[in-house]
Amino acid sequence: MSNDNIKLMKGNEALAEAAIRAGCQAYFGYPITPQSEILEYLTDEGRKRGMIVLQAESEVASINMVYGASGAGARVMTSSSSPGISLMQEGLSYIACGELPCLVVNVNRGGPGLGTIQPSQGDYFQATKGGGHGDYRLIVLAPASVQEMADFVFDGFDLADKYRNPVMILTDGALGQMMEKVEFREYDPKDHTPVKPWATTGKPADRPRNIITSLHIQPEKMEEINLHLQAKYRKISETEVRYELMDADDAEFIIVAYGLVARIAHRAVELAREQGIRVGLLRPQTLYPFPSKALTGLAERIQGVLTVEMNAGQMVEDVRLAVEGRVPVEFYGRMGGIIPSPEEIVKALDKLIRKNVAQTAEAY
Amino acid sequence: MSTEILDLIEPEIANMDCVYEKPDTLTDMRLHYCPGCGHGVAHRVLMEVIDELGIAEQTIGVAPVGCSVFAYHYMNIDMQEAAHGRASAVATGIKRIHPDKYVFSYQGDGDLAAIGTAETIHTVNRGENILVVFINNAIYGMTGGQMAPTTLLNMKTTTSPAGRTVETAGFPMKITEMVATLPGAYYVSRNSVHTPNAVRYLKKAITKAFQYQKEKKGTCFIEVVSNCPSGWKMTPLQANKWMEENMFPIYPPGEIKVPK
Ligand SMILES: Cc1ncc(C[n+]2csc(CCOP(=O)(O)OP(=O)(O)O)c2C)c(N)n1
Repeated sequence: MSNDNIKLMKGNEALAEAAIRAGCQAYFGYPITPQSEILEYLTDEGRKRGMIVLQAESEVASINMVYGASGAGARVMTSSSSPGISLMQEGLSYIACGELPCLVVNVNRGGPGLGTIQPSQGDYFQATKGGGHGDYRLIVLAPASVQEMADFVFDGFDLADKYRNPVMILTDGALGQMMEKVEFREYDPKDHTPVKPWATTGKPADRPRNIITSLHIQPEKMEEINLHLQAKYRKISETEVRYELMDADDAEFIIVAYGLVARIAHRAVELAREQGIRVGLLRPQTLYPFPSKALTGLAERIQGVLTVEMNAGQMVEDVRLAVEGRVPVEFYGRMGGIIPSPEEIVKALDKLIRKNVAQTAEAY
Repeated sequence: MSTEILDLIEPEIANMDCVYEKPDTLTDMRLHYCPGCGHGVAHRVLMEVIDELGIAEQTIGVAPVGCSVFAYHYMNIDMQEAAHGRASAVATGIKRIHPDKYVFSYQGDGDLAAIGTAETIHTVNRGENILVVFINNAIYGMTGGQMAPTTLLNMKTTTSPAGRTVETAGFPMKITEMVATLPGAYYVSRNSVHTPNAVRYLKKAITKAFQYQKEKKGTCFIEVVSNCPSGWKMTPLQANKWMEENMFPIYPPGEIKVPK
């Protein structure tokens, strides 16, 4: 039996294929490893199936083309990797303020600087705290499998439209390059195309002109816009948090990890459990909004948290804010494109447990 | 204008025959431009052509960062405000989605020939079917009169207080001539708005540009050599005279590239 919806694909290609199936009308991008497959796949397959695909002169240009096309009412996206995403920050700030829906994919590579093309999570702060100037947020989705590389494209476009907000898929080169089975969901873009009465499509005589802008020169007006954005972000935080909890029912310790690292951490959980350590895993699927409440709740009944990331310790700050000192929070990270092994994570877990025991002993 | 003066002249105006009207597509909002500035006239001509061609409902404009950042207050059409230098990239995005609509960007010399040079060149090189209106006043008006890529040699600005020198700042950039060398450029013209005759030429150029856009011929690029009385520290009259005497030799008006 052949099913057109089930395929064996690379993460980057699954993501690109999902974009076509999600009815993405236009893609603007610039080549950079490890995500060029997205541009290449869309240039070939996307164009064949009616997508507008333009290789821009830079990431600065691509994000501003996204701005124009989204403002013109289209479902649009761009993708890049860390240095290119840095170049897009000004544009993203304008897009967030102008409340333009779009999807931006960051296939995170190791930095800072030109860095390395190996996987990294070094762009967590940039992705979740705004990244460009001013008070704004992107909705940030963190896939951990080729399946989610595809799923989060559909979800990302829907969320972008629902909130008129840019959505970022934050992933890495390993997920982009690995091949896995993926099943594309039934999705008819026609059912997911909201009316956009605000779009610049040419002003008919019977409606006032539409203006896409992020310029509000009166401070009172600018504050009003900010309050509106903040209210939107609160609503997003209340409604759109997504995470996966594994082996947590009887857990005394929790590992928090996202994306590729969460897969490795899950193996570490299995190894630790073989040694009798009762540990579970919390895997945020949305990095913004961050699953703070879930973590706060867990912190009431566990003894410690280990955060594992491919960076110098970024998400761990959000973990600490959620745990609020209830239990110790430790961090283990590798940088520069190095992927931590399950054994390293178990070792880091041992350290957390030993420290915990020592602290408890001190307390008595 | 103060309200007292308006109170005085409005009854007079009411008794006069109207022989020259504001185009419908120009809003009633009072322009914020300095007295004598060319932006207002350029806005007017652009809207007048749009009205005459009857394309206001099919036209989407892109306003720049610069003195004309509020262009959308005056142009009664759908518009997008772009980040500094990115107007032609934004226009590209719009045009790709609405290939049958008319799209123009409106940009200053800092916007188009400094921070946005790459976007300008590549938009024209792709032959995007848009109109780029380039207002060259040889200075950064909005930020208070700093040197622009088009600032003339020896011209004084706040960042070339003793006059622009080649040693520190290179040469006045003739980006319009550069753009004209690209095959994607279909029609390139340099105009001005300082005399009624000049306005008529500009009007013709813009009309042609929209016609070519309709026929999907490629990028049309119209430079308007303009003034900046405030930045140049001159009266409007002095500014226009100075422009003719000093700008025109470097940036001579006329059609630079016309269809064969
Ligand atoms: C990224 C960025 N850099 C700098 C500025 C500040 N800025 C605003 S307008 C401008 C120059 C405008 O000059 P020009 O494009 O010649 O237009 P004019 O004001 O003369 O009409 C600058 C530097 C900005 N808004 N954004």
